[in-house]
Amino acid sequence: MNFEWLGRQFDNIVVLLGWHVFLSVTPLILGLLIALPLGWWARRQRSVYPFLVGVAGLLYTVPSLALFVLLPLVLGSKILDPVNIIAALTIYTVALLVRVVADALDSVPEDTVQAAKAMGYRAYQSFLKVELPVSVPVISAGLRVAAVSNVSLVSVAALLGIPQLGSLFTQGFQLRFFTPIIAGIILCVILAMVLDGLVILLNRWLTPWTPKVVAS
Amino acid sequence: MNYLFDPAHWTGADGIPTLLGEHLLYSMIALGIAAILAIPLGIYIGVTGKGVFMIAGLANALRALPSVGLLILLVLLISPAFPSKMGYILPSLIVLVLLAVPPILTNTYAGVRAVDAAAVDAARGMGFRTMKILTDVQLPCSLPLMLSGVRSALLQIISTATIAAYISLGGLGRLLIDGKAQNDFSQMVAGAVLVALLALFFDQLLAFITRRVVSPGLTRRTLKTVTSPSDAPLIPAAA
Repeated sequence: MNFEWLGRQFDNIVVLLGWHVFLSVTPLILGLLIALPLGWWARRQRSVYPFLVGVAGLLYTVPSLALFVLLPLVLGSKILDPVNIIAALTIYTVALLVRVVADALDSVPEDTVQAAKAMGYRAYQSFLKVELPVSVPVISAGLRVAAVSNVSLVSVAALLGIPQLGSLFTQGFQLRFFTPIIAGIILCVILAMVLDGLVILLNRWLTPWTPKVVAS
Repeated sequence: MNYLFDPAHWTGADGIPTLLGEHLLYSMIALGIAAILAIPLGIYIGVTGKGVFMIAGLANALRALPSVGLLILLVLLISPAFPSKMGYILPSLIVLVLLAVPPILTNTYAGVRAVDAAAVDAARGMGFRTMKILTDVQLPCSLPLMLSGVRSALLQIISTATIAAYISLGGLGRLLIDGKAQNDFSQMVAGAVLVALLALFFDQLLAFITRRVVSPGLTRRTLKTVTSPSDAPLIPAAA
């Protein structure tokens, strides 16, 4: 490790880290916001479930580099536009979470839903105040997977020249220089762990009734 | 799209069939090695229960590692020792195998674990020996989850082999990387379409194989196992 180089590049690396956080967290939030109503719909309308899960599976199959290149055709954006990365990762996040959300809602005990109904909760109230909170642990397990894989997928965009931590890899490759590569890998892993930890904390905060054990 | 329909791009050393062949070759070698390593180990851990702690950590840790970074790091480390093409083929294969082992391992393990204990007891009661229980009861019962692990692994491999074009590995990723270098967007799109089709094809192929080889008596149970998110290890296919 050449720490002198790291010191000189510090400002640059912080900017790349900022981009990486932005490119991996935005799709996570967008993906969750889209997956919640879709999952709800798939659970309400049993006939939609196989269709939605099937489409999600197909979208999840498309390799990231291919999706980054194909999206500009659909969105009409430039190939170097970060919007492609955000859209692609949002698609992956939705694809992963739709099924998780639908299954999580489905696993809410029928008694609980009935009890809410008997207490006078309307359908939307029961969803927001009972079914969704009870599903939080399962949804956050899916969200953890999405968070960690997003961080890794963002770095693929470096091959197209979109700046984030992955740029350290391509830079190191061109210069035959290990320091940026190792720094990039370490920062990616730390970022993934931090996001993972944040989801765990969020889960605990939203489900104060669960015993204090590490949810896995 | 024009790129795909130009006959000149379908012949020669950098023609689409050659690139496709290379992509398939590397993918199959990596999948084969990963399966040989991961399936027996997964069965061993599933049957004996030894080393379970290793599995959960391994899958998560490897998912967090950025494959591009790993690939480039290994090329820089290994290529000076091998002056020939092996200098980038070897590191690529190592990374592909590394990414393919966790989904196969975790799913094989989970599959063996999920076998109904009553079925194993029944077999033992009928006088089956341990080895026979393994081959006739435990393995067929764990096949659906095992194959779903192989499916995730193969998609991961196809996807990462595309990325490996950056470090000059052959395969369809060449179209994407060379297209980028030459500012030839139609070549990149052609590469992206072909890679996506390849991945979709293998996904459907493995789904088909799974339907064919899995005993129909298991299908209902399988549905239950696979749809519960806590049981099905969610290994992202895309990388």
